[in-house]
Amino acid sequence: MTSEALHASTAAKPSMGWRWLLAAIVAALLVALPFAVRSFGYESFTGLATQVLIYGIAALSLNLILGYGGMVSFGHAAFFGVGAYAVGILYYHMADDSLFLGLVPGTDAMLITLPAAMIVAGLVAAIIGGFSLRTGGVQFIMITLAFAQMLFFLFVSLDTYGGDDGLIMRRRDVLPFLDTRDPTTFYYLCLAAAALWLGVTYCLVRSRFGFVLNGMRQNENRMAAMGYAPYPYKLVAFVIAGMGAGLAGALMANYLRFASPDMLHWTKSGELMMMVILGGAGTLFGPLLGAAALVILEAVLTAYTENWQLPLGIILLAIVLFSHGGIVALVRRFLPDKP
Amino acid sequence: MLVLEQILNGIQFGIALFLMSAGLTLIFGIMGVINLTHGSLYMVGAYAAAIVAAKTGSALLALLAGLAGAAVAGVVIEALVIRRLYARDHLDQVLATFALILIINQTATMLFGRQPLFVAMPPALSHSVTLLPGLVYPVYRLVVIGVGLLVAIGLALLINRTRIGMLVRAGATSREMVRALGVDIRLLYTVVFGLGALLAGLAGAMAGPIIAVQVGMGEQILILAFVVVVIGGVGSVRGAFYGALLAGLIDTLLRAFLPGLLRQVMTGSGADALGAGLSSMGVYLLMAIVLLLRPKGLFVKQS
Repeated sequence: MTSEALHASTAAKPSMGWRWLLAAIVAALLVALPFAVRSFGYESFTGLATQVLIYGIAALSLNLILGYGGMVSFGHAAFFGVGAYAVGILYYHMADDSLFLGLVPGTDAMLITLPAAMIVAGLVAAIIGGFSLRTGGVQFIMITLAFAQMLFFLFVSLDTYGGDDGLIMRRRDVLPFLDTRDPTTFYYLCLAAAALWLGVTYCLVRSRFGFVLNGMRQNENRMAAMGYAPYPYKLVAFVIAGMGAGLAGALMANYLRFASPDMLHWTKSGELMMMVILGGAGTLFGPLLGAAALVILEAVLTAYTENWQLPLGIILLAIVLFSHGGIVALVRRFLPDKP
Repeated sequence: MLVLEQILNGIQFGIALFLMSAGLTLIFGIMGVINLTHGSLYMVGAYAAAIVAAKTGSALLALLAGLAGAAVAGVVIEALVIRRLYARDHLDQVLATFALILIINQTATMLFGRQPLFVAMPPALSHSVTLLPGLVYPVYRLVVIGVGLLVAIGLALLINRTRIGMLVRAGATSREMVRALGVDIRLLYTVVFGLGALLAGLAGAMAGPIIAVQVGMGEQILILAFVVVVIGGVGSVRGAFYGALLAGLIDTLLRAFLPGLLRQVMTGSGADALGAGLSSMGVYLLMAIVLLLRPKGLFVKQS
């Protein structure tokens, strides 16, 4: 990973112009997408694209700790699920006209629920990260996994909020002036959220904080010798990543009008990791590409066969074993080095 | 008496956990590989034993089939995939074996369907004995406990008294040093992986008559075995043994008694669901406490 990152930082500079051009084209295509699919008559495609964007946000957030920070978290779906349940539970108490824990009234105002989901997911991340970051290596992987399982079982056992079956919302949360029930509007909402989180990631990675984080992935002892205590930096990154996943989960709960324990299942964590690796860990756009690749691959395979996990597993295995650097590395190979 | 019975159940569950986590901890400690397919080997062992038991009715043949099935699956997985992962980082190992789980589970679903298989108790072991006045306990579970304890003793002897065991211990302490001293590390890896596969197969074959044999059974126990490895300390078989017993007891006792305790303060169905959820969390909570006090596990020297 170290040499890859070095390669990326030296190779990226000459092709900078091309990268931004490519990004601008992709952005334009994403903005035009709902109109394009409508004129071709594939309206259901907007839903698929919405899912890509939501998983893209989750993968972007995981990439901050996994790709840039070198923290292999196997429990990222926990924050995704907590964000989803925050939205679901607030909606439940709004519909029920009751108080959460006898204190907090419910609401369906998205301007409240999304930030609330992020804050709750961030708090959970602070607790889980606070414990998990005391260890490293294999232990860290297994502990993050175990904490996510713990939350999974917690939500399974909460009978009030649907337990095993999950929590159904009758309607999406509402926004002033916008109709969130309209698929195109909701798509643009997710596009804006994804763009926002991409911007946040960009700023973080380019900041002093990002450089310290990157340095800790490459050599923690050296950074410690330079006077940077690893623990607080890693914890802050972990919390920010948790908030990003919480945002994604909150959007997903709105999109599906449903929050379920499945969202915290450990296979979901594995899928999020897959997206990051598929696209290219430690790259800015990689997670979005990886999310698109995995979501579309799953959609195509499920349409084709009931046993879609078999070909999916084989494809993923081949990618992990034989590719280095994911889709971004592949794209870079075809881009001219000098503009 | 109910408490004693549940304690025995806890020990029996702990033994199954030990068989799984002993293999896991050795494979981590010596090969440096995170092997998520360890749970799949358990499932393969359980399916092989269940099918042979249904065909022949012989418990011994079923046990052998379980061991052989897991061993063959282990060798194939090691040769095709794991061998390519030794030099990779943990992330690639997790993802590659995660993909393998998708493949193996889907294949099992295609071969055996979604319906769980139920395995009959071996007739010779299907009765119960009275251990103490008022404490009647199934012989099969006692046999499972006995077999597990024998395996634990055998493993301890193997690791502490034999030449292979010496290499295993050396490998767990410093892999590079063992290689530098001219030991065929490849062979050692194969031995360790094969041993782990056999233990997982044994656990799977013995679990058949107690729990339902179905796709996904491997992952449930795998994640608990992870927790045990963290509690006991990576690379320590002794740690895996005590950690597994501790985790097995806590899980079983919470599951047995927590819903009853909750029912005293809240309504029936809600208490049952909450109790089941909270008792599933118990083991993870134990792990969090252990980590807070001893980040490297209970049975590893803290540096």
